[in-house]
Amino acid sequence: MKVHPSFLVSDYLLWALVVAVLVYVVYVCKNRHLLESWSLIAKNSITMVAVVVFCFYFFICLLDSIHLRIDSKSYSRDQVSVLDLVLPSHMVQSETTYSAPLSQSLYVKSLLSDHAGNSYRGHALLLGNKARLSTKSLRIRQSLLILEGVIIGLALGLFCHILFLIIFSYKKNISIWSCFNNIWQGKTRFALKSFWLTMFGCFIVLSVMFLLSINYHVMGTTQVGVDVLYETLKSIRTGIVIGTFTTVFMLPFALVLGSMAGYFGSIYDDVIQYIYITLSSIPGVLLISAVILVMQVYINQHAELFPTVSMRADIRLIALCIVLGITSWATLCRLIRAETLKLKQMDYVAAAKTQGVKPISILFKHILPNVMHIVIITVVLDFSSLVLAEAVLSYVGVGVDPSTFSWGNMINSARLEMAREPVVWWPLLSAMLVMFGLVLSANLLADSVRDAFDPKH
Amino acid sequence: MSDALIKVKNLTIKFPVKNSTSYTTVVDDVSFKINAGECVGIVGESGSGKTLTALSLLQLLPLSAVIGDNSSVIFNGNDLLSLTQKEVMKLRGSDIAVVFQDAITALNPVKTIGWQIAEVLRVHQIVKNKDIKSSVYKLLQDVGICDVSRCYLSYPHELSGGMRQRAMIAMALACKPKLLILDEPTTSLDVTVQAKIIDLLKDLQQQGMAMLFISHDLSVVSKLADYIVVMKDSTVVEQNKASDFFINPTSSYSKMLLSSLPNLKVQQKIPVKKENIVLVDGLKVHFPIKKGLLQRTSGYVAAVNNVSFTVNKGETLAIVGESGSGKTTVAKSLVRLLNATSGSISLNGIKLSSWINSKNGPWHRNIQMVYQDPYTALNPRMRVFDSIVEGMLAQIKSISRNDLIAKVDMLLEQVGLSLEYKWRFPHEFSGGERQRICIARALALNPGCLILDEPTSALDVSTQNKLLDLLLGIQEQLGISYILITHNIAVVAMMAHKVVVMHNGNTIEHGSSYDVLQNPTEEYTKTLLGSVPTINSLKEV
Repeated sequence: MKVHPSFLVSDYLLWALVVAVLVYVVYVCKNRHLLESWSLIAKNSITMVAVVVFCFYFFICLLDSIHLRIDSKSYSRDQVSVLDLVLPSHMVQSETTYSAPLSQSLYVKSLLSDHAGNSYRGHALLLGNKARLSTKSLRIRQSLLILEGVIIGLALGLFCHILFLIIFSYKKNISIWSCFNNIWQGKTRFALKSFWLTMFGCFIVLSVMFLLSINYHVMGTTQVGVDVLYETLKSIRTGIVIGTFTTVFMLPFALVLGSMAGYFGSIYDDVIQYIYITLSSIPGVLLISAVILVMQVYINQHAELFPTVSMRADIRLIALCIVLGITSWATLCRLIRAETLKLKQMDYVAAAKTQGVKPISILFKHILPNVMHIVIITVVLDFSSLVLAEAVLSYVGVGVDPSTFSWGNMINSARLEMAREPVVWWPLLSAMLVMFGLVLSANLLADSVRDAFDPKH
Repeated sequence: MSDALIKVKNLTIKFPVKNSTSYTTVVDDVSFKINAGECVGIVGESGSGKTLTALSLLQLLPLSAVIGDNSSVIFNGNDLLSLTQKEVMKLRGSDIAVVFQDAITALNPVKTIGWQIAEVLRVHQIVKNKDIKSSVYKLLQDVGICDVSRCYLSYPHELSGGMRQRAMIAMALACKPKLLILDEPTTSLDVTVQAKIIDLLKDLQQQGMAMLFISHDLSVVSKLADYIVVMKDSTVVEQNKASDFFINPTSSYSKMLLSSLPNLKVQQKIPVKKENIVLVDGLKVHFPIKKGLLQRTSGYVAAVNNVSFTVNKGETLAIVGESGSGKTTVAKSLVRLLNATSGSISLNGIKLSSWINSKNGPWHRNIQMVYQDPYTALNPRMRVFDSIVEGMLAQIKSISRNDLIAKVDMLLEQVGLSLEYKWRFPHEFSGGERQRICIARALALNPGCLILDEPTSALDVSTQNKLLDLLLGIQEQLGISYILITHNIAVVAMMAHKVVVMHNGNTIEHGSSYDVLQNPTEEYTKTLLGSVPTINSLKEV
């Protein structure tokens, strides 16, 4: 069995983003005033919860962004990510069709044969279940697993907590016990109490899920028998990629063009305004579907460039991000232009001019830092709306590739599942819950980032 | 004195502190009363709680405000603080009316003046519908508006500041209230207009209207008030009859206020003629009016028309005029924020048109400007240090960080600020401190001439005087020239050696400050000087 890394384009981009964030963190640590603003965020307990939850999502996304190629027959997919390897193999294997959460058999009846060879209609057992158990003993077995998961989660959390306490007390030069007391009595500068509570919560949830997934499908399976929890977890990457990269592709347009239009005025303003007025008068969906279709044609004609299915799906994902970015920069650009027009009248800009500061320097030192709060707010508000936009586009058929796991595709297929009898509700619920967690934590985080960076507060 | 119209007793207003259970007290145990036909003036610096006191009378306080338990405001036998919203609504406008500071924000910009005044009459239903228009006409006439029918149909932005304030007063008077609350009604107006508004208020007072007059300007209050309440840091420091107060103030704060009132006595003598720094000759600045689809220039607005003056080394020239007279435009063309249409500007004897950077250094290193509003003149996201060194970084190549820090320390010391301030952000400072930072920034390039654009108009009286003293000290120390742009004659008298009086873009009068202020020759200068409120013209009680 040979393993070698095989990164996708979006993997490279995501890791580049991680590096950029790390560089920014180092920069913040060196700047006292930035550090003060960011540490304001760490003081709010609700924000702390949001940060931890968001980090867990991002961690899963990163695990899913290290792709490997394994030359072995046990994996049906051409490329697997580290996440696939980490998750229990029962999760990655496919059943034949729908099964309800935590059940031992399929949701629909099929033709079965007993030991004697007589055939009858019944619920077939799922993989990994050797004998049919009574409902009661099944639940007892699962409850025991849950208990076990809670204990393991607590133990993991405690381990991390003690490790943290040792390092923290060593650094602060106080005893471990007083360090522990400070944290749990909420006497620390940052909201460490809620940080650790959330950490424990996340550890427990993850280990319970993990243990249950070894033998059962926690959130059931889809029509083609894929584990719903697995699909939901894989969708996190798609959501984060679309949410972040669309903004990354959009920001340069909006920032440069918006501030130029506002600051220089006259002909720059006219040209830039005409561009975005034209762009925003073309229906976005039309433009997106055109680009995606062209992209699809390009991929089909240059099959040698994209040898694997996941590479094709990935390039389509990136194309979607770019085109979403191109269609959505107009709003932010307009906001930044208006804000720049206002800032241009400020006396400090006049003062910089009278001191002989060059226009480019004024743009970077005086205008851009003062429009950053608009950028942050728009970026985070867009994050959630972009995840939703992906769902809408998938519905039209121009979203991500059907082979890509995404909440959009899941919600889209839920249309038929909710209409059938008996209702299959778990894929929708699962997608909603995980998406809700991500969007809510991102919004809470954005709220306090804005509060911390607004000079009026 | 038993017939008190309104009695404020132990008024306390608190605001909850964010993220905490404690409160900050903004008005602390304030008591006073207003008799029928009497004018009470509340004087205090910004943040002393005077406006909140007035707003509480009509329950106009922000929702988060908490009123103290034993506070009461008795009006007509009712406690105004405990009335329901509905009852207060009836009182507002009809029994007690308010005139706010800034008429342009207090009036609705999309409705005509006539409609807005008529609305008051309609709501309180005191005149029949068919008589409304004629009553509005009469009200506008009463407040001294000549062209009543034009004013009736005008939108707020079409009227001048003084007219708007008159319209506001007309609106307040619509239901013949018993008490008129005036919150800094003349602060945003020019002196000549202010004088006219004060005359109007005096007339109203003679007709028996009770008033609560709020102002930071003791000299304006002295013209109207029978009774004076001085507030400082949310408490009443002193209250007394106006006649006694101005002659014999008891608290040290009132004494300080009275002594820091600038007087019109010229304090600067023209120094012996020295080399000349700035020479402006026949300066004209015209703005094109663009019209039509292709933005063709269809005409010009003459903001500045033929202005000439000279400034010598170590001397202060004051440019005086009302808003719109073009004085700021002159300043902007001096620092090259605007281009002159014609005329010449020279610095150190070299004309702007033949200025060569390599020989004289950049233009901007020789002339700098301090802006009017210290709250917008500093980038809120830059530390004080970065703001001050910005010009040096832009103009001086290869300067080491240690040199910069040393220079900033020196500048901060010069403007009387603590050295550790340089790492802080502007929002941590008061208006006066910010203005000092702005001065330090302007001095950073060692200019020969500093333009001061209304440097004190955004500051409280006590801070104003300290800042002016600082500026005088700096001038003495560095031998720097000032061009002082102001509408405040008292500041001119204190600072200036020479004065230019401007009106509608033209120079009206030009000469030494002694000549212009003491013996004005032009009619306009006389009116301007005559409208300046001073304590000397104290109301006879």
